[in-house]
Amino acid sequence: MTMIFGVPLAVLSGQLLIGIINGAFYALLSLGLAVIFGLLKIINFAHGAMYMLGALVTVVLFDLMGVNYWVALFLAPLLVGAFGVLIEYFLLRRIAGQDHIYSLLLTFGVALIIQGVLTNIYGVSGLRYAMPDMFKGGINLGFMFLPYYRAWVIVVAMLVCFGTWFIIEKTKLGSYLRAGTEDSQLMQGFGINVPLLVSLTYGFGVMLSALAGVLAAPIYSVTPVMGSNILIVVFAVVVIGGMGSIGGAIITGILMGVVEGLTKTFYPPASSAVIFLVMVMVLMIRPTGLFGKEA
Amino acid sequence: MNPNPNREYEQLRISGLHAFYGESHILHGIDMVVQRGELVTLLGRNGAGRSTTLKAIMNMVGRRTGSIMINGEETMQCAPHNIARLGVGYCPEHRGIFSSLSVQENLTLPPVVRSGGTSLEEIYTMFPNLYERRFSQGTKLSGGEQQMLAMARILRTGANMLLLDEITEGLAPVIVEKLGEVLVALKNKGLTIILVEQNFHFAAPLADRHYVVEHGQIVEEISANELSAKQSVLDSYLGV
Repeated sequence: MTMIFGVPLAVLSGQLLIGIINGAFYALLSLGLAVIFGLLKIINFAHGAMYMLGALVTVVLFDLMGVNYWVALFLAPLLVGAFGVLIEYFLLRRIAGQDHIYSLLLTFGVALIIQGVLTNIYGVSGLRYAMPDMFKGGINLGFMFLPYYRAWVIVVAMLVCFGTWFIIEKTKLGSYLRAGTEDSQLMQGFGINVPLLVSLTYGFGVMLSALAGVLAAPIYSVTPVMGSNILIVVFAVVVIGGMGSIGGAIITGILMGVVEGLTKTFYPPASSAVIFLVMVMVLMIRPTGLFGKEA
Repeated sequence: MNPNPNREYEQLRISGLHAFYGESHILHGIDMVVQRGELVTLLGRNGAGRSTTLKAIMNMVGRRTGSIMINGEETMQCAPHNIARLGVGYCPEHRGIFSSLSVQENLTLPPVVRSGGTSLEEIYTMFPNLYERRFSQGTKLSGGEQQMLAMARILRTGANMLLLDEITEGLAPVIVEKLGEVLVALKNKGLTIILVEQNFHFAAPLADRHYVVEHGQIVEEISANELSAKQSVLDSYLGV
């Protein structure tokens, strides 16, 4: 058997794959956070709850109405995104322009409420969501076995990340977002409906998170607390990448997934701490993050 | 029905305008009228309330009371993005060039609010430097080029009333001269211009009228032909 640094190749590549999958989720989630932070200057602690809602809505739609995976892939992010727009319109807008800490506490409170209510209804033991039939099985690559669904998650996450990056960096709408990040008051003075842009941006960031939730439903345990578990790691990823950097969020997300996977292979006890270790090192050497602009 | 036929020539009428930033009361009852096609300056010392007057017109200050009519329409309840759509183009002090946007993206950022604006081709003919550097980052331009960009940006929108805040500040004389030529050309096109200006020698030959602002009020109104007669009054206000 091929060995690399005393680890069988199949084990290494398996962990690497899990790392890339986790990284794809980190990338989708931190991308949404970065988009929201860029324009709204809000540290969205409700992001994990939105991810959880994406997964839970997928499960519930299937159980109650038999809505299949493909429909849920579009419907769940739209529903959760619309919910996000309502949160922005009725809550966040009222504290716009205040210190970061207010929106942080508000979104944290919203997350706790959503999580608490749903825990009452669904418990914390995890709901089952059947893998869509066409994704059952996988392909043997020779050195490792690649389940079809994992490959699908990576492809979708990469496409969505690239699409988002493209929209923000290369299109007219994206130029509004970038400019709004710098001076939204002047943007509004030019005749751009900034309040609407802010609502839609928050909704879009939430949609990305909910989409990650839908993708997670068949492979992770769907529970009302699944969001709070992943959120802290995602925040670490955003800090490493640099707050507000779109490309940085994507690359760092994947990278940290891989780092975590490799650590799991070579020294498993450190795997849950390694991202935070990287965060501490990055903060010490480059406080604005790997891709953040110098303040 | 418009009770006053003169109103259609009145592009801007401000009455009893007070403006506040938080607890500080900046404008104390501004009254002024600008006719269509006029070039009017707001003169005064730093902190007199000239920039705040422009910002108040744009609804960019904390709180306002009084009345601001644009083309005969009351705008006190208008959201800022609807004010631009009345044909108002605002060029802020410090120019407001976006660093995350290229020159061309900066130029095409403000939506067109009225027909009859300057096309991108015309702008590039007018300012060849902007064309050459259209893919550069907006803030990599020189100060003069950034000012041209800030002006060109609002010309493209077709705005027919321009609010220009300290456009000559910190620029080389040759650039200031070029800006003067641009303003004359815009005036000849029939645009209404309100100019907040520190450089009186730049503003004097261009303007139809001057308002002197002090402590958030209009303290003097001087038309171009009274200028020499009232020079000493003006000097005492401006402290030169």
